[in-house]
Amino acid sequence: MNGVLMSDETEKGLKSPLRRQLLMGMAAIPALAMMPRPSFGAGPATSAVNTTGLAVTDSEVTVGILHSVTGTMAISETGSVQAEKLAIEQINAAGGVLGRKIKYIQEDGASDWPTFAEKAKKLLVNDKCAAVMGCWTSASRKAVLPVFEQYNGMLYYPTFYEGLEQSKNVIYTGQEATQQIIAGLDWVNKTKGAKTFYLLGSDYIWPRTSNKIARKHIEGHLQGCKVVGEEYFPLGHTQFNSVINKIKLTKPDVIYAIIVGGSNVAFYKQLKAAGIDMSKQTLLTISVTEDEIDGIGGENIAGAYACMKYFQSLDNANNKAFVSAFKKMWGEKTVIGDVTQAAYLGPWLWKLTVEKAGSFDIDKVAAASPGIEFKGAPEGYVRIHENHHLWSKTRVGRAKADGQYELIYETADLVEPDPFPKGYQ
Amino acid sequence: MINSRFFNRSELIGFVSLLLLLVVILPLALDVFRLNLVAKYLTYAFVAIGLVLCWGYGGILSLGQGVFFGLGGYCMAMFLKLEASSVENTKIQSTPGIPDFMDWNQLTQLPFFWKPFASFPFALAAIILVPAIFSFIIGAAMFKRRVGGVYFAIITQAIAAIMTILIVGQQGYTGGINGITDLRTLHGWDIRTDHAKYILYFVEVFFLFAAILVAQFIRLTKLGRILVAMREQEDRVRFSGYSVANFKIFAFCAAAVFAAVGGALFTLEVGFMSPSFVGIVPSIEMVIYTAVGGRLSIFGAVYGSLLVNFAKTSLSETFPQLWLFGLGALFIAVVLAFPNGLAGIWGDYVQPRIDKLLASRTKKSGNGGLVANGAPAE
Repeated sequence: MNGVLMSDETEKGLKSPLRRQLLMGMAAIPALAMMPRPSFGAGPATSAVNTTGLAVTDSEVTVGILHSVTGTMAISETGSVQAEKLAIEQINAAGGVLGRKIKYIQEDGASDWPTFAEKAKKLLVNDKCAAVMGCWTSASRKAVLPVFEQYNGMLYYPTFYEGLEQSKNVIYTGQEATQQIIAGLDWVNKTKGAKTFYLLGSDYIWPRTSNKIARKHIEGHLQGCKVVGEEYFPLGHTQFNSVINKIKLTKPDVIYAIIVGGSNVAFYKQLKAAGIDMSKQTLLTISVTEDEIDGIGGENIAGAYACMKYFQSLDNANNKAFVSAFKKMWGEKTVIGDVTQAAYLGPWLWKLTVEKAGSFDIDKVAAASPGIEFKGAPEGYVRIHENHHLWSKTRVGRAKADGQYELIYETADLVEPDPFPKGYQ
Repeated sequence: MINSRFFNRSELIGFVSLLLLLVVILPLALDVFRLNLVAKYLTYAFVAIGLVLCWGYGGILSLGQGVFFGLGGYCMAMFLKLEASSVENTKIQSTPGIPDFMDWNQLTQLPFFWKPFASFPFALAAIILVPAIFSFIIGAAMFKRRVGGVYFAIITQAIAAIMTILIVGQQGYTGGINGITDLRTLHGWDIRTDHAKYILYFVEVFFLFAAILVAQFIRLTKLGRILVAMREQEDRVRFSGYSVANFKIFAFCAAAVFAAVGGALFTLEVGFMSPSFVGIVPSIEMVIYTAVGGRLSIFGAVYGSLLVNFAKTSLSETFPQLWLFGLGALFIAVVLAFPNGLAGIWGDYVQPRIDKLLASRTKKSGNGGLVANGAPAE
């Protein structure tokens, strides 16, 4: 039945004058290829690098950008969009991918999960994108995942997330939960002598799974340590006074906070107002990047520790070049958080993978991904693991009043990604 | 002719042209991706038709239709999820055979209220009965105490908010904010293929016309007239000896069931269900579809859902950064300039011209002079 429909379609297509013109136009492309051209189109023949009908021509390849630029998530996802556009521009300036210029089609997920699914499908089915950089929240990724698997697309997903997922069709450029959590807890236990932990989180899958891993690690792997409280708040919650009172009563060594989005502003302001001094009380968060500090206000969070893989203040040549290019493109005042950097890795990793595979075909790109190294990453060297997550370092930073983090600690080696951690589930 | 009684002439034209549009024109004109989008839009038309009865005719504004849309959708999603979570499909989990999100939340066995949803007949019955019973309880609690108007609207809105918080908070049982995702097959039949999308579209259109006929039937019975009377002069209806509360409960329950059917079809079309269709914002959007279509017109409700959602998709594809402003402008324009929505525009501007045209034709043929004079002359 399906086949019948399709052949009808082609027949109709050939009869339509517009399509015929298009076909004639396409027939002229080989002739064009013989003419000298400025920079693009010098790569291998399209028929060789694209056997599955992706949007690849002799001089261009189309990718999709799928983030929320409207709605509640826009404030978080804008940085990712900017980073991806910067990476694409830089790759094009350096000669493109397999001699082809990257053209992007941007779609708005509008902070709405079914919209993400709809747009993902559009990018894959209508636009035949060779890769899609996108999504931010777990919910949006879960909504698009079946679409990417069904239509065999390639998604580069930038956010640190809860793990428990692995797909042929996704490259996870952020940290999964164990990478972000375990090294940070070990550090705070060792250097601060922390024994008691109070776990806080927004009420959805990432904070809950992360705290579950944290609890298992604290109770099972750290000598004599315990969790003295664990609490969750609905997204957008702004009244933290009762939990702050409980914290004052239990006096934990560490407040472990995984509060996301706008709730952060209320949480840190109320902590400060309640007289909790971050120079005496250790607070470790895995959810506040430089982007969030912009909203919270540096003076309200100064002294808190964050554990992730990237800070804007990292002192290395890659990062300096990245930060200055980013500011040149998007303005002096923009800040760069962990996820923004991870989003920047997406197009680059894709380019390197395509060039190793010698093809844009999704299956070949997926197969070639493990082992891809990106030495130019602002966070330093990264490598793709067999499980499609990244080997990367874990770092701890201390928030300063100017809204930047100061690097306090980094792991000596790359931390292995382990999305299905044994003993932590 | 039976039709001439059930539908008047303009309604008959409306019915036939909608039938042509949905059954012939759209399936021929659109590829399967766009057709699936239309199918998604049409699931909201069920909610909008329910609101025409409940709000347009009964005067009961409910800002919580998302709750019933969600209940229907979740009932369907629970059945599909159980089918997708066979022991074979979930063998990487610590407890195979339960939905993936339960495994992430350390549940080791299926909660009792999930168990019956393994049966398809039970799930189908639940799609109708769960929202019907729930709306009956709300309706009885409110209308028997003569809570109405704005107060009722606010309470339904609160229920929508409570429902969202409940679903998000109980993520081990409901899938939380991610919802119930990755639904694959219905009785072994893959619902994600293009072929399935075509079939589902026509199944949905069939149900939509069934819903239109039921709504039209309710509208034309004595019940429908009492609803209108209640909207205009509630006290007089009460003094005439009718139990106003019971009629209101009926209208509210009917709207809830329409919404639930839409929700269940939505789950089939889109392949997942999440709390983002349950809360306050989607519930208000559903009222907007009805308002844009014209809250007194059943066909208007269908066109309103199609138009607003089509505008949403196409504006957001063309202007990723600005589209919400465009959508907002559309709503303001409709409310300010055309308070009766699309149906109002049709009735005020298009219909008279058609009538005039028809009338002048009959006049020419020499036997309709009176009719022509009787037609509204601007």
